[in-house]
Amino acid sequence: MSDLDVRSVTVPATAPGESMAVELVGDGDFATQDMTLSIGPQHPATHGVLRVVIELDGERIMKATPVIGYMHRGFEKLAEYRDYRQIMALTNRHDWLSGFNNELGVALVAEKMLEMEVPERAQWIRMLIAEWGRILNHLMFTGSFTLELGAITPMFYAFREREDIQHLLESATGGRLHFTYNQVGGLKIDLPKGFLKRSRELSALVRKRLKDYDDLVLGNEIFLARTKHVGSLPPDVALSFGVTGPTLQAAGVAEDSRVTEPYLKYDEVDVPVPVGENGDAFDRFYVLLRRMAASLDIIDQIHDNIPSGPVNQKLPKIVKVPEGECYLRIENPLGQLGYYLVSDGQKNPWRLKMRTPSFSNIAAIPYMLEGVLLPDLIAVLGSVFFVVGDVDR
Amino acid sequence: MPAATGLGLLKGLGVTLKHMLRPAVTQQYPHERPDLAPRTRGVIALMDENCTVCMLCSRECPDWCIYIDSHKEQVPPKNEGGRARTRNVLDRFAIDFALCMYCGICVEVCPFDALFWSPEFEYSTYDIDELLHEKEKLREWMDTVPPPPPLDEGAVQPKEVTDAIDKAEKAREKALAATQAKAAPAEAPAGDGGGAAAAAAAPAPAAAKKEEIHVDDVQIDQETFDKLIAEGQSERMARAKAKAAYVRKEKARIRAEQEAAGGGDAAAESPAAEAPAEAAPEPKQAEVHVEAGEIDQETYDQLIAEGKSERIARSKAKAAYVRKKKAELQGGDDA
Amino acid sequence: MTAAEGLLTGLPNVWAQIPFMIGIMLGMAMVVSLVVGYMEHKVMAHQQARLGPMEAGGFHGWAQLVADGIKFVQKEDIIPRNADAKVFSMAPGIALVPALLIFLVIPLGPRVWALDLRSGLFYALAIGSIGAIGLLAGGWASANKFSLIGAIRGVAQLIAYELPLILAAAAVAVQAESLSLVEIVTAQAEFTIQGTTIGIPFIVPQLLGFGIFFTASLAELNRPPFDMPIADSELVFGFLTEYTGIKFAMFLLTEYAGMVAMSALMAVLYLGGWEIWPGLGLPGCEGVGGAMECGLGGTLLGVGVMMGKIMALSFVMVWLRVTYPRLREDQLQKFSWLVLIPLSLLNIAVVAIGKVVF
Repeated sequence: MSDLDVRSVTVPATAPGESMAVELVGDGDFATQDMTLSIGPQHPATHGVLRVVIELDGERIMKATPVIGYMHRGFEKLAEYRDYRQIMALTNRHDWLSGFNNELGVALVAEKMLEMEVPERAQWIRMLIAEWGRILNHLMFTGSFTLELGAITPMFYAFREREDIQHLLESATGGRLHFTYNQVGGLKIDLPKGFLKRSRELSALVRKRLKDYDDLVLGNEIFLARTKHVGSLPPDVALSFGVTGPTLQAAGVAEDSRVTEPYLKYDEVDVPVPVGENGDAFDRFYVLLRRMAASLDIIDQIHDNIPSGPVNQKLPKIVKVPEGECYLRIENPLGQLGYYLVSDGQKNPWRLKMRTPSFSNIAAIPYMLEGVLLPDLIAVLGSVFFVVGDVDR
Repeated sequence: MPAATGLGLLKGLGVTLKHMLRPAVTQQYPHERPDLAPRTRGVIALMDENCTVCMLCSRECPDWCIYIDSHKEQVPPKNEGGRARTRNVLDRFAIDFALCMYCGICVEVCPFDALFWSPEFEYSTYDIDELLHEKEKLREWMDTVPPPPPLDEGAVQPKEVTDAIDKAEKAREKALAATQAKAAPAEAPAGDGGGAAAAAAAPAPAAAKKEEIHVDDVQIDQETFDKLIAEGQSERMARAKAKAAYVRKEKARIRAEQEAAGGGDAAAESPAAEAPAEAAPEPKQAEVHVEAGEIDQETYDQLIAEGKSERIARSKAKAAYVRKKKAELQGGDDA
Repeated sequence: MTAAEGLLTGLPNVWAQIPFMIGIMLGMAMVVSLVVGYMEHKVMAHQQARLGPMEAGGFHGWAQLVADGIKFVQKEDIIPRNADAKVFSMAPGIALVPALLIFLVIPLGPRVWALDLRSGLFYALAIGSIGAIGLLAGGWASANKFSLIGAIRGVAQLIAYELPLILAAAAVAVQAESLSLVEIVTAQAEFTIQGTTIGIPFIVPQLLGFGIFFTASLAELNRPPFDMPIADSELVFGFLTEYTGIKFAMFLLTEYAGMVAMSALMAVLYLGGWEIWPGLGLPGCEGVGGAMECGLGGTLLGVGVMMGKIMALSFVMVWLRVTYPRLREDQLQKFSWLVLIPLSLLNIAVVAIGKVVF
């Protein structure tokens, strides 16, 4: 231990964000130094290429710094060189777990600038698929969060449900993850025959199966011990970081743009917004599960309300959005997704700024990680639901 | 560790045990084929006869993964003394599936129905270079393209379908007029005229009927299958082609049977009368539109009494209201 | 004279007996471990609505683990540049050999055991703990922070859970008045209350002790919900992160051999060993417990019963793994020191008092 007598050692930085000086704690032979551990970019708990540089004293995290950008693909720049149809295929992919909601945002913002009346039927069908997409996304996180806590089984149940839902959506859109079903002014093509019937049946089935997650995970004492009071995020802090979606709702703030600023026909259906109490990992997971049930409630209401009629409008060969600018936000599965579109009247946008929920949500991670134990890092990372593509764009 | 009641732990064990006693959901893929929807975006097939080398697909492709080469060809004038025209001839049409992001824009923009989606998905290779497929291969995939699925009841039918229905409707009217004409002057030689009218009407209903011939339980035409296998085609391709051959044969058989069943005027009438009768009510039902919004109080109370949640009860009661109204409206129409 | 005994006494001297012992040991350790490993695959799969291995070997993928073994042998053996190569390579052996040595003293059936040590229970528990050195060595020598944390967790866990394990086993020894595993089986057959002999497995009077032993053995084996040393979502793969090929396979085999060994110990200590019900006697057998004389049929039946018990206990271990998330390291320590150890002390006190009173 004699080589540790120095009070401060300099470690050459191997990557941006890594600390340079290492503090030594304790006296003489008992001096210990904090260990810098790089969680990621290749790590099972960061599902993607997020990197969290943590400083550890034993297993206690002294400081955590998320390092992002490993997956920067330049979506905003790419969008400037593509027309609106191509942008829809592109935005499907920044948050690959909520493809339909992303493309919906682009369609809505373009339609708003064109002052276009979208057929009623198209709006209802968009809502139906968007809610199914939300359930798909939440199922994925139900599985991955519990998997990171060591429970392997919910992942497989979640994928069973996802498979059924993807099969349903594939029959209408042709895609399983990247639907590209929207177009400016409506949808590409109407639903196939029997879709609504199958959607009804599936809604009942998934509702029944959601109970398994409650029994398997939510009541489990080990799960409670791992998640209760872990990574608490008070509402004021959450709001100051711009956290949205289930993470904000878990903190007790019932903010949901489907309710506060309804788009499509969300003002004509009853949108339940579940909230948590403490904003801890448990509440976030609880809200996630309840949001699935809420989406199923919405889906059940939609089935009875879809009017008949056309689903799209005759469009010119090249869609040109008039000059101007517009910001529009929608409730993505992970939080609020905003598209800020500036157009100079050409067929491609002059600028398309994306406000993605995952980016704002992980901003709050250092706050939640301070002073927790290493295993709690996993509980926090898993419960602040994010997709790395959505963070880096 | 909180004071564990252990109940949650036991419940969890129950869930996993329950699943163990149930059949698994796994599909044993190579042994068990996935049941893919007709719209599935598996691979892009090319009907090269339809391609006019307009380059729209190539230009619209976000990944620029479609390669097209062509040359111009002089076509001799149709009428003597006319001008010779030039025509584009497709030399190369290739899609690099290593780059393709399966967005479907090319299929969507194609104005001449040359590109189609096929649910075929088994074309993985050992080398990324081999994913560049030329037009011969793309043409082969055309055989695996399924017919588009029928649309939902509430949808606006595409123009092709509505046109066919219109045609059938007109034919029915004509046929009706013809039979009336035939019935009224019984001994008059108008029978000839009626027969001619019916005969004229016959092709249209036959066209409508043709669409209705649907072959369930598609089997494989063994002869075709064997032949193709002998030619060295892949099993999958052979299967798809043999299926198509079977369907063609079956359809021909059904049509022949129908034609054989009735010969003269009466036969021409009966499909004419049936086809529109089936097709016609559909648009009518779509017209009945009820402003939703009110609640059927009776249904609502009943559902609440059954312990349903308020929201469910409300939406169901709404639906009940709409159903009732529609029934009323339709009843009125019929009366 | 039984088949096994005939074989033993028929052999000229103690050196000739060694192959026989090794035979029992390896047969038990390898074959049964593979069967347990296969069972884990299948049980896990079906509890997760899957099918699990279906191809290898044809019928329901029975040869999956054999195929896995062949695959592991073929893999490149990578030793990280900064690793302490010697220690790194020795560690899997240090872990595996003690796990196999436990089988020396475990009675598999009437007269089917390699050794009947007078201090069998002591030996089994002591040698079982040596494996932790392999774990620590592997984690330390890997020159990887994740491995190091995993190794330290593993050792901390071992220290915490060795105590309840031994205390629970001690209660059994008190009740049986012996440390010999064979005599413990006999003791269950000759369980006496107020002078009347009623055969009864020790799980009945010592249900609490069984619970403690089971929980502690899960922690000893690093099985979920106590798999923090591996914790794949936190520590990548803990002390196993840098291991590949045959060395990794040895660690895996250690885990399964450990599962079988612990299940076998529990079957002997609490469930009456090879007897269907203690004191009932197997068909074709005379006498009770260790003094039992059985024909070939009886012997095989006894081994079968023992295997059934091992499988049942291993099944429960798998079942728990499928169902539960993992505890946190500090919760694990608290659970041991604040819950399990006081309970095991209580257990031993109750058993001792009971022993004196009845």
